[in-house]
Amino acid sequence: MNPVRLTGRAALRTVRACGAVMLFTARGLFRLRPFYPRAFATQLLQIGWLSLPVVGLTALFTGAALALQIHSGGARFQASDVVPAIVAIGMVRELGPVLGGLMVAARVASSIAAEIGTMKVTEQIDALVTLSTDPIRWLVTPRLWAAVLTVPLLVAVGDSIGIMGGWLIGTNSLGFNSTAYLANSWAYLERWDVLSGLIKGAAFGLIVAVAGCWFGMRSSRGAEGVGRATKSAVVAAAVGILAANFLLTGLFFR
Amino acid sequence: MIEIRGLTKSFGSKPVLAGVDLTVRQGESLCVIGQSGTGKSVLMKCILGLTAPDAGEVLWQGRRLDAGSRPDFLRHFGMLFQGGALFDSLTVWQNVAFRLRQRMSDQRARAIAVEKLARVGLGPETAGLMPAELSGGMAKRVGLARAIADDPQLIFFDEPTTGLDPIRARRINELIRGIVRETGATAVTITHDMTSVRAIGDRVAMLQDGRIVWDGPVAAMDKAALLAEFLGKTGA
Repeated sequence: MNPVRLTGRAALRTVRACGAVMLFTARGLFRLRPFYPRAFATQLLQIGWLSLPVVGLTALFTGAALALQIHSGGARFQASDVVPAIVAIGMVRELGPVLGGLMVAARVASSIAAEIGTMKVTEQIDALVTLSTDPIRWLVTPRLWAAVLTVPLLVAVGDSIGIMGGWLIGTNSLGFNSTAYLANSWAYLERWDVLSGLIKGAAFGLIVAVAGCWFGMRSSRGAEGVGRATKSAVVAAAVGILAANFLLTGLFFR
Repeated sequence: MIEIRGLTKSFGSKPVLAGVDLTVRQGESLCVIGQSGTGKSVLMKCILGLTAPDAGEVLWQGRRLDAGSRPDFLRHFGMLFQGGALFDSLTVWQNVAFRLRQRMSDQRARAIAVEKLARVGLGPETAGLMPAELSGGMAKRVGLARAIADDPQLIFFDEPTTGLDPIRARRINELIRGIVRETGATAVTITHDMTSVRAIGDRVAMLQDGRIVWDGPVAAMDKAALLAEFLGKTGA
């Protein structure tokens, strides 16, 4: 086939898919009536509260490893003292939101896609329609809002735990004074550093929930289809988070 | 009354429905039969709006079903799905009372759910179970209780006895027949189980090559030449 035609077809398919995802996201975010508070509360628990251990542990080990790396690397140009400030800025601006988002993507996007995908292939979504319930309002809207609202909170908790991870290593292995370490962590941290990380968290939460819901709703062909939907949701969420992180970092800090 | 006029649907180049015309009168129980892959489920999905037909229309109480009128239609509608389609994350009573809970207290909705469960032969102890704890027959009964929970005027049954042993299948058929008679609801059953057809149906319509090729009362189907193969009489 003509390569120009092939390229054109691929471009059209991509544009169509992007448009469909954007419409799906808009419907999920703004179809608020009727609102289902029970479904929303369940998702706050599932996406927010139950992700706390994995996000917390990731942040703790990342903060600790970062402190070791900066201390070791900084020693080459007599800059070991900057460990508290770099750990704090690195965690809050970049590693907290990105690694937290990726962990939520692994845990939540897969779970949403598997749950909705199973509902799709077992006709539970058709059953919702016959029971006068819009699947978007019942399944998608609560998940999207729960993710947008809870992932920034997870990022905030992860940032704090990450800084504490650095403090633990700094004070126990690297010879820092505890009070001085904490004072240095706060001294160089600006409000925008924290705020930009939280905005990233909200964006990453949206990406995770949209990926899970989108691929789940398009799942087909039994267990194989659900497996494929789950895999696609995690890959799309992870790549989406990294791409969005690059764009938002450019937007916020250039 | 539900009326289907000239319904067509193709998937790619493959036509599945090629102009289906069918009428189901108020209070009547119609069984749609046909071999696997003849479009029975697609027909049902087109009526419900889950699949958009290429052409044709569906009328309910003389009104064309479209995006505007379908919500009202669905308020008077109940459906038993082939696999039950119970919501995994909800208990049995929450499944049965799913629609009721959106407009009344949980206490009142649960009382109605327990009453409907009793109607399908399940005790109140099943109300708190999760769908994963039910046998196939129990799941069908719960699905049936959910279908009748809001006293619908029209009920669809999709392969109601598939996957059940003959004893449980007979009980489900008796329940469906009893409920349809009691409530006076219009019923449409998609099946290829002829025992179900004889137990549930007033009328039979056979779907073949995307069209209704035979339509008549259950009592007349044994004499219909077009149904002979389907009824297993070809060797006679």
